[in-house]
Amino acid sequence: MNRSLQRHLNILDFALSSLWRRKGKNLALLAVYTLIIFIIASIVFFTQALKREADLVLQDAPDLVVQRMVAGRHDPIPVSYGTGIAAIRGVSEVTPRFWGYYYDPVTGANFTLVASDDQELKPEAISIGSGVARTSRISIGDFLPLKDIKGSPVLFSVQKIFPSSSELVAADLIQLRQEDFQRLFDFPAGRATDLAVSAGNPAELETIAAKIVHDFPDTRPILKSEMIRTYDSVFDWRSGMVLVVLAVAVLSFIIFAWDKATGLSAEEKKEIGILKSIGWETTDVLLLKSWEGIVISLSAFLFGVSLGYLHVFFFSASLFEHALKGWSVLYPEFKLTPVIDPYLICLLFLLSVGPYVAATVVPSWLAATVDPDAAMRS
Amino acid sequence: MPTLRKSTLFFLLVALNLLVLAALSLHAEVRSGQLPAQRAASRALVRQLKLSDLCLFTEARYTRHPAMADRHAPFQDHPLALEHFPSGSLVSPPALRREAK
Repeated sequence: MNRSLQRHLNILDFALSSLWRRKGKNLALLAVYTLIIFIIASIVFFTQALKREADLVLQDAPDLVVQRMVAGRHDPIPVSYGTGIAAIRGVSEVTPRFWGYYYDPVTGANFTLVASDDQELKPEAISIGSGVARTSRISIGDFLPLKDIKGSPVLFSVQKIFPSSSELVAADLIQLRQEDFQRLFDFPAGRATDLAVSAGNPAELETIAAKIVHDFPDTRPILKSEMIRTYDSVFDWRSGMVLVVLAVAVLSFIIFAWDKATGLSAEEKKEIGILKSIGWETTDVLLLKSWEGIVISLSAFLFGVSLGYLHVFFFSASLFEHALKGWSVLYPEFKLTPVIDPYLICLLFLLSVGPYVAATVVPSWLAATVDPDAAMRS
Repeated sequence: MPTLRKSTLFFLLVALNLLVLAALSLHAEVRSGQLPAQRAASRALVRQLKLSDLCLFTEARYTRHPAMADRHAPFQDHPLALEHFPSGSLVSPPALRREAK
């Protein structure tokens, strides 16, 4: 066998024996390190999968949504604006959208009500998302009472339940006829919640949006790319809770790498002194400490990444569930499409294994350059 | 039977872990192939009802429809109001948008 390889194997054998001698401490270290990598990997997998899902699902969203703003707030838009917008060159279709929210005092859940011109939907009948069916414990043929603006209950019969595979967009949806929607909320005639605009050529959307703002200064156009980008920014590593959890994980990593870097125990120093006095070179000691660092960090990285994947894609990120649910009563149950981004995994590898090995080697190098006699006596 | 060296055991453990990672990558590939059919139901609804957002957090209107929310929605009570909803801390401020001029 190659002499250099044999040397590495011998030193690795020694490093493993040395780690095993202090197995209590090292197993605890491995567990903490694995936990940190597991949390970071779970966040990476979860946010990547959600971003990709939003990107794919929202490809069919309206090209442009036009809202009316009054005193900085979203206000119903006159349907007549649609005629002016439809006249803009490049606009192929303008459809008013009628939608709103309904707080259900019985279950405490918030539903999203969407009016549509679906001819299959009978008057006072609704199609509901699986989340609504689950929360209200109703199925096809049952009735769901919704209070109208005067407080009188209106009974809607459940005609259809959207497939559970659509929960990511429709868990809380209630689809009803437009006249039922207007009657329920006494929605002002000639107004819509907002306008969905389709353009023949997506490249013209920016120009169309600018023209809409010019012609209707009280409106705010939202491009499809902005809708998709919203989810990119929600699940970006710089945002909200993702940043908090990441910061906690990274800080704990720094603390425990700092603990390693700020010095060796007296026992470890003595061990280095003995090794040097029996003829080990400084490079041998450094190799030994590097292998110790690699064994711990590589094992933690591999365990942590695999556990993170299982947590997110097999157990639906159940540890994050409470943070995501917040106060909501109605929570979508969905399975995410697994995404493994090699770039992020490599980055995680470099940021976790590299600093730890460096934090192990540097103090050992300092100890290994001291006179063996002094090291043993210290 | 000869006893295995500790280094051999370590490399076997690393190989086993890499095998698990490879299996998980394969799982990701297979599931990505299967899910477009399931995603079709969501896409059909998005197309039919002209939906603009994912249903992730239903507790507040600006977390249910973050793409549609106006900038002041989280501070609806007064400009320095504290955020009421836990999921509000997950949702960062929206990307720079075109405002009415």
